[in-house]
Amino acid sequence: MSELSVHHLLGIKYLKESDIQLIFETADHFKEVINRSIKKVPSLRDITIANVFFENSTRTRLSFELAEKRLSADVINFSASQSSVKKGETLIDTVNNILSMKVDMVVMRHPNPGAGIFLSKHVKASIINAGDGAHEHPTQALLDSYSIRERLGDVAGKNIVIVGDILHSRVALSNIFALKLQGAHVKVCGPKTLLPKHIESLGVGVETNLRKALEWCDVANMLRIQNERLDISYFPTTREYTQQFGVNKKLLDSLDKEIVIMHPGPINRGVEITSDVADSKQSIILNQVENGVAIRMAVIYLLASKIKQ
Amino acid sequence: MGQKVLLSSKEINIILHRLACQLLENHQDFKNTVLIGLQPRGIFVAQRLYKILQEEYGVKHIDVGVLDITFYRDDFRRGDKPLEATKTKIDFLIEDKNVVLIDDVLYTGRSINAALTALQSFGRPSEVELLALIDRRFSRHLPIQPNYRGRQVDAIDGEKVKVMWKENEGEDVIYLINR
Repeated sequence: MSELSVHHLLGIKYLKESDIQLIFETADHFKEVINRSIKKVPSLRDITIANVFFENSTRTRLSFELAEKRLSADVINFSASQSSVKKGETLIDTVNNILSMKVDMVVMRHPNPGAGIFLSKHVKASIINAGDGAHEHPTQALLDSYSIRERLGDVAGKNIVIVGDILHSRVALSNIFALKLQGAHVKVCGPKTLLPKHIESLGVGVETNLRKALEWCDVANMLRIQNERLDISYFPTTREYTQQFGVNKKLLDSLDKEIVIMHPGPINRGVEITSDVADSKQSIILNQVENGVAIRMAVIYLLASKIKQ
Repeated sequence: MGQKVLLSSKEINIILHRLACQLLENHQDFKNTVLIGLQPRGIFVAQRLYKILQEEYGVKHIDVGVLDITFYRDDFRRGDKPLEATKTKIDFLIEDKNVVLIDDVLYTGRSINAALTALQSFGRPSEVELLALIDRRFSRHLPIQPNYRGRQVDAIDGEKVKVMWKENEGEDVIYLINR
């Protein structure tokens, strides 16, 4: 297969396994491109992309912008804090105004779950969801799986544990969909208050003991405690969270196998993981960042190839 | 749809040897020359020439790379079929080197145009030459001509030149196909 089955990337839920493989194979080629002395290809020279961010982001936005520029697309950036959204403009009006400037693709981050899906039904442009509330963050899940594939050879059959705030995490949900689609075994681990009810219905296991989870897994994806989303108190103190669900070097060394540590960033050093774990050779956190650009180039390239002239 | 044999296995072999000799004449020990086969079909020609130069003419070392031009093509989003990328592998520097681009069929010249753009990502070569096993003259869209040509063919637009290789299709043969 050489074409995606979708016209937008709204969530992993809407992808097929073959789509993921195509994105990975294309990302392999782009990874080679971004390691050349001239890291740019002219493919998207006639495509304009708008990065529309209604929520703060540093690395995702930079990663998308870099991916777009490496593909030679024209890029415009829009952030809600400096815009007419503050003056009461609706989402569709905002985006249609941007599209009337002949924009072909919109990369959007929005605090409301489903914002990308809503938009895709109302505007004529290819939409990439760069995070919608606590719903999905598909490119993060793709780069996570791609990094696992790069380190361990394959995702199928591997044991992956996602640790932390599963309740508020779009990274967790997209990862669960992506990993299950590729045939991995998935568990979630965290305080009961941060594990959604009925999460088992997605086909994942639940473990509240971190040591047991780490003993079981090949890869631990450590999520950030999202203080900005914790509207009520989900655990007594950060210190207590770290004692129960933080990974330190001593804990890692006491396991009878070497597991891979991932983190979508930004890291709260000393909370989810200690500095020596984040910087250890078991950590692939910086590989994730590098792979993020290649994955986003692949997604943008494959979606752009479906925009007919 | 009819097809006729343009070149047999024996003829291909003779032509490859002639091309190898022409390369040898211009590049001697290949110390400052690299061969780059274009994906997907030029790589077979490059590999054959490499083998002949090493095994039959005793050239000790030649850098051979493969270049995929998918992301540099000028027909992105213009065709019915999506463009499928393949592997690029150039693990040597081409800065100040003589580069010989190698393809099986030279037709419109657009692939070579894309390849010349792609090459720039790997440095500034001192000279770039083009070797094509089959040169379909009268079909060019761009002012591009080969420095080394295996056989010149007058084929009309409705015809297709198909190059088959032993390692891929079971035999060495080149067909002219009437579509």
